[in-house]
Amino acid sequence: MRLPRRRLHLEFPAATDLEGPILEVEDLHTSFRTQRGLVKAVDGVSFQVERGKTLGIVGESGSGKTVLIRSVMGILPSTAVERTGSVRFSGHDIGSLSPSELRDVWGTQMALVFQDPMTALNPVVRVGRQITESLRKRVGLDRAAARDTAVELLKSVGIPSPERRLKAYPHELSGGMRQRVMIAIALACGPRLLLADEPTTGLDVTIQAQILDLLGTLQRERSMAMILVTHDLAVVAGRTDEIAVMYAGRIVEQASTSVLFSRTRMPYTEALLASIPRLSEPSHTRLRAIPGRPPDLALLAQGCSFAPRCAYVQDRCREEVPPLRTAGPGHRFACWFPVGSPEGAEALASNLQAHLPAAEALAASTGASAGATAPAPSDGSPATVSTSKAGGS
Amino acid sequence: MAGSGTAHLRPGDALLRAEHLVIEFGSGERRVRAVSDVSFDVVRGETLGLVGESGCGKSTTGRAVALVQKLNGGSVCLDDTDMAHVSARQLRKARTHVQMVFQDPISSLNPRRRVLESVMEPLAVWGIGTKSERKKRAIENLESVGIDADQTARRRPTELSGGQCQRVSIARALMLEPKLLICDEPVSALDVSVQAQILNLLHDLKRSRELTMLFIAHDLAVVKNVSDRVAVMYLGKLCEVAPPEVLYRQPAHPYTRALLAAIPEPDPDVPVGSVPLTGDLPSPTDPPSGCRFRTRCPRAADRCAAEEPQMREVAPGHFVACHYSLEPGEAHVSATRAVTTDRTAVEGAHEANGGGNLPVDKPAGAPSPTQAASSEAHL
Repeated sequence: MRLPRRRLHLEFPAATDLEGPILEVEDLHTSFRTQRGLVKAVDGVSFQVERGKTLGIVGESGSGKTVLIRSVMGILPSTAVERTGSVRFSGHDIGSLSPSELRDVWGTQMALVFQDPMTALNPVVRVGRQITESLRKRVGLDRAAARDTAVELLKSVGIPSPERRLKAYPHELSGGMRQRVMIAIALACGPRLLLADEPTTGLDVTIQAQILDLLGTLQRERSMAMILVTHDLAVVAGRTDEIAVMYAGRIVEQASTSVLFSRTRMPYTEALLASIPRLSEPSHTRLRAIPGRPPDLALLAQGCSFAPRCAYVQDRCREEVPPLRTAGPGHRFACWFPVGSPEGAEALASNLQAHLPAAEALAASTGASAGATAPAPSDGSPATVSTSKAGGS
Repeated sequence: MAGSGTAHLRPGDALLRAEHLVIEFGSGERRVRAVSDVSFDVVRGETLGLVGESGCGKSTTGRAVALVQKLNGGSVCLDDTDMAHVSARQLRKARTHVQMVFQDPISSLNPRRRVLESVMEPLAVWGIGTKSERKKRAIENLESVGIDADQTARRRPTELSGGQCQRVSIARALMLEPKLLICDEPVSALDVSVQAQILNLLHDLKRSRELTMLFIAHDLAVVKNVSDRVAVMYLGKLCEVAPPEVLYRQPAHPYTRALLAAIPEPDPDVPVGSVPLTGDLPSPTDPPSGCRFRTRCPRAADRCAAEEPQMREVAPGHFVACHYSLEPGEAHVSATRAVTTDRTAVEGAHEANGGGNLPVDKPAGAPSPTQAASSEAHL
């Protein structure tokens, strides 16, 4: 039986016809009405993704990354949600589309790789049918053609003996294999924008490297745009064009990848970078953990939401929310006392005098590592980053 | 790699000595040898890091050491007592000396109990102290792991964050003052920022309580941070044992080298290398003959299929089970060349320069100007 191809409700210009960014998010707010009050999961986020480029979105659990991705996809729950702002994808406003119009976007234009491949796949349906489903219903291929395409897809994501794997159930595959199947499903209809929500969290480092390489290769081959969401700055360091750091539902710093790492402005970005254990450090190096934990989004106090954990915090931070300021081309940050500025250095010094724990932790870790790496200065170490900041800009 | 042997065991009184551990699951055709002739020891006050991919048998090894896994062969000696030869009652008592912290912090606490009840439980099981004494001890332990007992002790696990639950798990594991603490992937489910808090906490506890630890993880960077000695495991066998500084500077096993290469560097100037390992772990039901790593090894030769490598000492304290182990000077070059296909000549040259000769405390190589340029060209 051949399924008729569903009639499309939306027109999408060919890839070559369009200029400008493929995705434009403008002042997006997504809040959930809960018994504890309004939870502002995404609180005024704006960004753009250019065609064929990769944007990394980085933040801790609860910073609103996943809700942001779901708002972009238009797959939020239908009740108890308040959403304002605009998400424009290829000239269409995702927020104003009807469910049937949205279905023209999902899969063929925009696709999502979910975080947990264990639960995102249907456990009682064979892998093959989960891949061919969209090929048959969206693209309108017949059964044999869909199957051939599925074999090709599995091959392209690096699954050995793909014909045999089509008949497997998800539980028969390892975690890395399941994630590859998820990627194959997302790529089946050739989307222009791929959203990957923590695609490698919970996988081994070796498999993580394979999956990230695979995403990069497929992206280049298909000239897709990609949004890579993660909590680990190390994952996005070598694999993105631009990075946005999220905290408590807001973007607190955004810059091209090299600028973000070399000219960090936001204390939160600096702290995230410093908390990564590095192979270049001797063992038993004390890590610079960020004290405390992310704020409860239902009980946001006034002022900067990072203030309670910040080493640079001043009275002003507790009262006024810092706006996003521009530090250079494409570099935005939200901080009153940015890292590497005279104000920031002054704020840190006064916090040190006041024995603020966060400031003392920062001073201790950079002091220690500066001593350790002094004989062989290396560009990437937090020690040199902070010394260069202290010296200039 | 992935060989047998006991050359790496140290004479003298180790707190824990596991010899020739064999653990099998299932029966008949589907028999899986999850751990196959693994030996290691841990001396008092030391942290042994056990690293490997999922399915290599590291958690099963941890369970065996915690005396909760039946052995099909080999022995676990704790304080010079062979646990295979003790009565059930003594075994039960012995388990109090070994406590465990699990991977998933939230599901390892009973969701219906309050935090304080969970932490008091070990003392209640053994009837130690009165209820008020148990409560006092539990509150002290919660405070020592950085939990505000006033606010948190009456809460249930669902009200806490992952990092807080992991702290509670650690407090619970320390209630019986164990001689050995086994941490099975304690930070892999946590955010990097919280991971750093927990690693620092373990570090502090180790110093203040003179803890001996077996730290199981798949992330070599994390293991390096906490360990005094690192053992690399592959498909039920050990490949390499060495102090972290040596292991990370001069990995002798091709598998260790591949694991190191897979770690992402938080530095955009370090080019992302191609995947050093392809495919998944082979099935342990039907492991490759000889060296178990040979199916994924860039250096595999005929001898690897025929003969299983034994642990041998390549440098003082550095043991490897490989017929063709990497030499210190050529370690990085050959491994990378053999397995990469699309690197530019410049990067290859950099590897050659940076591979073994630098006083390496930057394994992937800190970016030199040429390398930064080449990485841009590469992209």
